[in-house]
Amino acid sequence: MARVVFPGHLLAVTGGEREVVVAAGNVRDLLTALEQRFPGAREALSRSAMAIDGQIYQDAFLEPLQADSEVFFMQRIEGG
Amino acid sequence: MAEAVDFKVIGTSPVRPDGVDKVTGRAQYGADLNLPNMIYGRVLRSPHAHARIKRVDTSKARAIPGVYAVVSGADFPQAQHGEIGGEGGGDISDLAKNIMARDKVLYHGHAVAAVAARSQQVAEQALAAIEVEYEVLKPVLDVLEAMQPEAPLLDDKLFTKNLPEKPEKPSNIAAVMQLARGNVDQGFEQADVIVEGEYRIPMAHQGYIEPHACIANTNEAGQSTVWCCTQGHFEFRAMTAKVLNMNVADLKFIASEIGGGFGGKTVVYLEPVAVLLSRKARRPVKMMMSREEVFRATGPTSGTVCRVKVGAKKDGTLTAAKAWLAYEAGAYAGAPMGPGAMSIFAPYALENFKVEAFDVLVNKPKVAAYRAPGAPQSMHAMECALDELARKLNMDPLDLRMKNAADEGTQAPYGPKFPVIGLKACLNAAKAHPNYTKALPEGAGRGVAVGFWFNVGMQSSAEVHINENGTVTVVEGNPDIGGSRASMCLMAAETLGVPYEQVRALIGDTESTGFSNVTGGSRTTFATGMAVVRACEDIIAQCRARAAATWGVDDDQVLWEDGQAIPAPGVNADVKPLTLADIAANAAKTGGPLLGRASLNAQGAGASFSVNIADVQVDRDTGKVDVLSFTAIQDAGRAIHKAYVEGQMQGGAAQGIGWALNEEYIFNADGVMENAGFLDYRMPVASDLPMIDTHIVEVPNPSHPYGVRGVGETPIVAPLAAMANAVRDAIGIRINDLPLSPPRVLAVLDA
Amino acid sequence: MSKIQVTTSVNGEEVEFLCEAQQTLLDVLRETLGRTGTKEGCATGDCGACSVLVDDRLICACLMLAVEAGGHEITTIEGIATDEGLHPIQQKFLEHAALQCGICTPGLIVATKSLLDRHPNPDETTIRYWLAGNLCRCTGYDKIVRAVQDVARDLAHPA
Repeated sequence: MARVVFPGHLLAVTGGEREVVVAAGNVRDLLTALEQRFPGAREALSRSAMAIDGQIYQDAFLEPLQADSEVFFMQRIEGG
Repeated sequence: MAEAVDFKVIGTSPVRPDGVDKVTGRAQYGADLNLPNMIYGRVLRSPHAHARIKRVDTSKARAIPGVYAVVSGADFPQAQHGEIGGEGGGDISDLAKNIMARDKVLYHGHAVAAVAARSQQVAEQALAAIEVEYEVLKPVLDVLEAMQPEAPLLDDKLFTKNLPEKPEKPSNIAAVMQLARGNVDQGFEQADVIVEGEYRIPMAHQGYIEPHACIANTNEAGQSTVWCCTQGHFEFRAMTAKVLNMNVADLKFIASEIGGGFGGKTVVYLEPVAVLLSRKARRPVKMMMSREEVFRATGPTSGTVCRVKVGAKKDGTLTAAKAWLAYEAGAYAGAPMGPGAMSIFAPYALENFKVEAFDVLVNKPKVAAYRAPGAPQSMHAMECALDELARKLNMDPLDLRMKNAADEGTQAPYGPKFPVIGLKACLNAAKAHPNYTKALPEGAGRGVAVGFWFNVGMQSSAEVHINENGTVTVVEGNPDIGGSRASMCLMAAETLGVPYEQVRALIGDTESTGFSNVTGGSRTTFATGMAVVRACEDIIAQCRARAAATWGVDDDQVLWEDGQAIPAPGVNADVKPLTLADIAANAAKTGGPLLGRASLNAQGAGASFSVNIADVQVDRDTGKVDVLSFTAIQDAGRAIHKAYVEGQMQGGAAQGIGWALNEEYIFNADGVMENAGFLDYRMPVASDLPMIDTHIVEVPNPSHPYGVRGVGETPIVAPLAAMANAVRDAIGIRINDLPLSPPRVLAVLDA
Repeated sequence: MSKIQVTTSVNGEEVEFLCEAQQTLLDVLRETLGRTGTKEGCATGDCGACSVLVDDRLICACLMLAVEAGGHEITTIEGIATDEGLHPIQQKFLEHAALQCGICTPGLIVATKSLLDRHPNPDETTIRYWLAGNLCRCTGYDKIVRAVQDVARDLAHPA
């Protein structure tokens, strides 16, 4: 079960829910589960960066999730 | 990950492979190529900061002999909404309109039309013959004014994003962002000491010495080849394709050598225009920006207004922090307020904080990335506030930071727990550094500040070819801005176990190597390095197989050590080791040419923290600030090429110092930049700076084969507050706003 | 408008070209004579990327008209190395990593030659003020100054 936290700018697609717990073995399945819970959210979520157990990923999809993973959605980071 | 003691070449500073061409003038930069039958393109730019375009008439220009093509917004495909993608993000429609205005011009210098003619002179005549009718509108040039409901609107279809309810009225505020944890009000109540301040930082330019330049060549099948200076030719190809509604396969982008970027050359300006002109003219079109055009019409970084409030207990423990950050986006949405908001409190363990950030349109050029975009502005405010806090607490400023320093396991303000990081190591190094305790001349002042940048990974590809004589050619797709070819060669040499001199690096164009994201984002040594290492590991696996075949043993009975294939211990084979050269010489018989490859989306980029120490002297008669000493301490994870890591630290420091002391966009009431040249946009020259002392801390990043953390961007962050804090120390008065230029300092001294 | 014929010497070689009255020496070097080693950074004499030597004077080529070149000896970056190899200034710039993007490097090398021709033993302040006309955005000047100091040391005490 992953603990998933949403930043302010994604609350619009999660109906205001800031934190949820989801069963998923990897990011792909997590996105599917979140889409089921919050229809229409997939696009915005797929475009986000995310931090999984402390590591920041810009295009996470296949990354595995542990039973107690912490996932934070974040704004993508642009460098210069 | 390899241990440091084992390295043969990593950590040394050999001469870069492209060096001889760069010291002899042979290296070809964006404006150095000429093609047969070439003509020249020039851009017509808006004389108004804000206006509706009523009519564009190019007929007279077309009629001039020697003019081969004229384009304006009408010649571009309809600007479609959609993600630009790539490293920068943003909306294609905004990018397209920025490249060539459609119905409105939104800043002085905004491109309105372009011509291609047989000479620069004829091109200028043609520009003068284009008639544009404008309905001039009132510009808004101040970020706070632009946020007011009654401000002139740049886009009356823009509604602020991320508000809990969609607003009824359009606004110049493109988006807001909030980060929060705990309860700030309670946190401030627990504080013994509170510091509050408003800090203004001006719009500033990356200041690369090479103006943008390109040549586009289009054939009758609609296929275009573009030569340009760029930080990322693959991303430029993608952007050009999206703006012109083209198939990427019909676009070939070749990266020239690049004369500086710092983020400013991660977006296209001339390239789609040149492609369109060359398509119409059916001749190669060369376009070069003047220095004035670079200032007026490329992307500087946001000017900002940052309000910060910090509270701490008597012993220095921070109890709460609050920030309100308004960032200028310029003409279209996309100010780096997100990273600014995420980084401001990143170095500190905080239970209670709140950050509000705003992406605000103003009638100034659309901002682009500039080295750690967003972080220098927000972190300047926090680091100045902490300095004041340290004074109120009578505490050493480094000790105050150490007391609250984030470490492995600390929850970052943007959510996740930090993996292993080097902030404390940098703080300790600063405290122990002789420059922190050396005597200060009479009247001089010393300031410190912390810097941070996330760094990114993203996509890179690499191929490694073993030539017939065992030499190695590395092919990758990252323009070499600061010595990255050398780093790739070092990593390849280390991985393969061969001398550095045996390795060459080539930057492939978009048709000859795999996709790579930009050289920027502090990602090149990290991500492209990772791809190069993996491609070398691919080669090693192939070499082991070739050796096994040669000896008649199994692959897993062969080891690779020190650049040679040897039988594994215990394997019964009376054979001599085979070097890369031996295997290459025999490659035809054992399976063909040796080609290794790798492509990846590199994850696990490690954040890089820094600490800067600045000593200054202020001339009380002129307000001039002299930099007596500057020390840059930064966690590089692992320095692959030591001298080039130092170079990043020193170069970023110089830019930060320039921004702190002198650099600013000065606009008049009509929105015209008054200092659009190097004389009055005053960047540091050699006589402005002392030697910049560096100290590289190495807390390896476990996610990279050699422990690399990106280093390119963090260096510009801390100098702003380090300088402000040093000036405060020197004159006893806090000046919140930058730049600390002589007239401003003098005004404060004389007050 | 008819062009003007100019005869001059570039890097020791006699050169003849046609130019317009308003063209700068920089324009002609880069476009007519194909010597693109000298760079344009600003075209207003503020950055030094177009530094050349005219006889023994350090000049911004963007501030000199091409027609003025007649009868003079122009030295550009292409004329710094010799048949024996790189000039010590070029070699030391490489060894000290005194270049990152390299766009300012030709101008800096020409300016350094001019400095050392006049002041074979410059102190740090002299170096910094002499080179103040050459903008570098990448290096912060530290390694450039160290490279120049190293060349001066070698010239003073040849190994």
